[in-house]
Amino acid sequence: MPGYGNPGFDTLALHAGAAPDPATGARAVPIHLTTSFVFESSEHAASLFNMERSGHVYSRISNPTNAVLEERVAALEDGSGAVATASGQAALHLAIATIAGAGSHIVASSALYGGSHNLLHFTLSRFGIETTFVKPGDVDAWRAAIRPETKMLFGETLGNPGLDVLDIPTLAALAHDHDLPLLVDSTFTTPWLMKPFDHGADLLYHSATKFLSGHGTVIGGVLVDSGRFDWDAATRRSGRFTELTRAYEGFHGMVFSEESTVGAFLLRARREGLRDFGASMSPHTAWLILQGLETLPLRMARHVENARKVVAFLAAHEMVASVGYPELETHPDHALAKRLLPRGCGSIFSFDLRGSRAQGRTFIEALRIFSHLANVGDCRSLVIHPASTTHFRMDDAALARAGIGPGTIRLSIGLEDADDLIDDLKRALKAAAKR
Amino acid sequence: MRLEVDGPQGRHEAYAYTGGKPFDATLPTVAFVHGALHDHSVWTLLARWFAHHGHAVLAPDLPGHGRSAGAPLASVEALGDWLLALLSAAGAARAALVGHSMGSLIALEAASHTPRQATALVMIGTAYPMSVSKALFDSARGDALAAIDSVNAFSHSTLAGKPSYPGPGMWLHGSNRALMRRMQAGQPGRNLFVDDFEVCNSYSAGLEAASRVACPTTFILGERDQMTSPRQTADLARALRASTIVLPCGHALMTEAPDAVLMAVRGALEGAVV
Repeated sequence: MPGYGNPGFDTLALHAGAAPDPATGARAVPIHLTTSFVFESSEHAASLFNMERSGHVYSRISNPTNAVLEERVAALEDGSGAVATASGQAALHLAIATIAGAGSHIVASSALYGGSHNLLHFTLSRFGIETTFVKPGDVDAWRAAIRPETKMLFGETLGNPGLDVLDIPTLAALAHDHDLPLLVDSTFTTPWLMKPFDHGADLLYHSATKFLSGHGTVIGGVLVDSGRFDWDAATRRSGRFTELTRAYEGFHGMVFSEESTVGAFLLRARREGLRDFGASMSPHTAWLILQGLETLPLRMARHVENARKVVAFLAAHEMVASVGYPELETHPDHALAKRLLPRGCGSIFSFDLRGSRAQGRTFIEALRIFSHLANVGDCRSLVIHPASTTHFRMDDAALARAGIGPGTIRLSIGLEDADDLIDDLKRALKAAAKR
Repeated sequence: MRLEVDGPQGRHEAYAYTGGKPFDATLPTVAFVHGALHDHSVWTLLARWFAHHGHAVLAPDLPGHGRSAGAPLASVEALGDWLLALLSAAGAARAALVGHSMGSLIALEAASHTPRQATALVMIGTAYPMSVSKALFDSARGDALAAIDSVNAFSHSTLAGKPSYPGPGMWLHGSNRALMRRMQAGQPGRNLFVDDFEVCNSYSAGLEAASRVACPTTFILGERDQMTSPRQTADLARALRASTIVLPCGHALMTEAPDAVLMAVRGALEGAVV
């Protein structure tokens, strides 16, 4: 396809990373369900292993179908490349493990998905990686928490579940002043709503299980590198990132930042992280996520449109104490949202019911269209009670720090007719009020 | 590998990638010269292959690019001299010279200065004259990042360069843009885009240089190259009696078609006395 200018988002969502299959002419991306790839010769095999030639060896490390997904998400995010992983959690772990080890430290937002909080607070601390949690909007707290052994700052574009808007430009500047990268979880916003690299973030990941896939069928993650963080310069000044800037005996004595000026992080993530930890994505999963990506622009527009209608309904309902959606002027990050999220704030938000915990249960059980389950970003509308599910391991104080009350209910608005969703909520609220 | 290299602005430290093995001047040497707003990392697959197949490899960062110190040099002639000084500093008596785009002109100029030391000349994604439009210069002076985006788009012929570079999962448009931006940002107070493209645009000694080149020459061109069109190579090819290989890709040949470029360079160097 000669003569490309800079393709737009919708075009990239359909074409980036893929062309008709040269062997068969297949127009859609083929699913390469194979563990391994035949070498042309012993010399070819040695060249692939030694990174003298590019290509696929074994599907734990790379696969042609996964590569299309990786390139496509990188293209949509204006990144330099990506690594597909078994889950969003695996992507977060891979991001951390690539540059951190025992003795390292992370500064993270306190408004995180419960699973991410668990990984950082409980699990990684067992392996010697400590995390200090700070309120996402408290820049002084972020600054004060940085130590010589800190390896990154980390937050969610929209914090879970209060939708705190991460001030990426401010935190990126703070991180860069300290020779640190800023990693963000971009799951709730997707590149259609916000491209964190445009605001200064250096690394991002998605739980592709959510909006990127969009159909609630597969678990997967994608870790994307902007290619903009200068690991060499940061190491010269701070001594921090020798994992990427010194010879690594675990892979041919390679200095990753010499091999690729802008792809060093991803080289190590793939050549060490996928190889040794092995949390790779199935090609079948990659294909299903690609199917979702092709309609991401259409779906996100509808998700946001429906969410706005539902938010407006709930905000005016007498049984609702508050709605936490940054497009509302009552949200503490409303101004920041207008600046960073002009297309909208997604379709996941929480609200607080007036009434008892029992009324909350009645409300959820009365819903007919909304499904009560632990997921978000599905084409179907979903509902959950965070305090008893996603965040149940957190004590009351930690819950409060994360902005969650005992009566908080989280909705993920799908693609149904908005009127039907509002009718469903109306009916459930009425049932709760009668109790 | 770091070397002290004499240039028109004095002696400065230069960096050269050696393909993952220590440089051994007793082996046949191949020097890879990058183009505008690039550094050695556009060559790492090729460089590793040659370094692990009986060659000594030098893929330098040109002055003012990447890890090499000193200000960017202002002409192809000065850069040709600098390349020869680098080879001398490394102890390489003879070398095959492989260049991409602006680097191909530097390789040509170096080969013309020391005809007996150049064992082969490979010019990838080349054209002569390598004219740059006034509109692009104007754009670069006003908004260099926008000009980088334009050049990046024109450098690629596909949204699906396989098997990608330097490995699967890399988005070629994004990684090239990041590299060009990194080089631009590495020279605060200068506009490296304008400097590099002025080096290409102002070079007018190509045919004269070609008349002095004694080694076999190969052109490796992209049939969909919108930066240096294959149609702009006829006079230079005739003057150099060059063999020409045309590959199905754009200007970013090494990243869009890494295997095909490897095979073409191997073929070009196999015929050379190294």
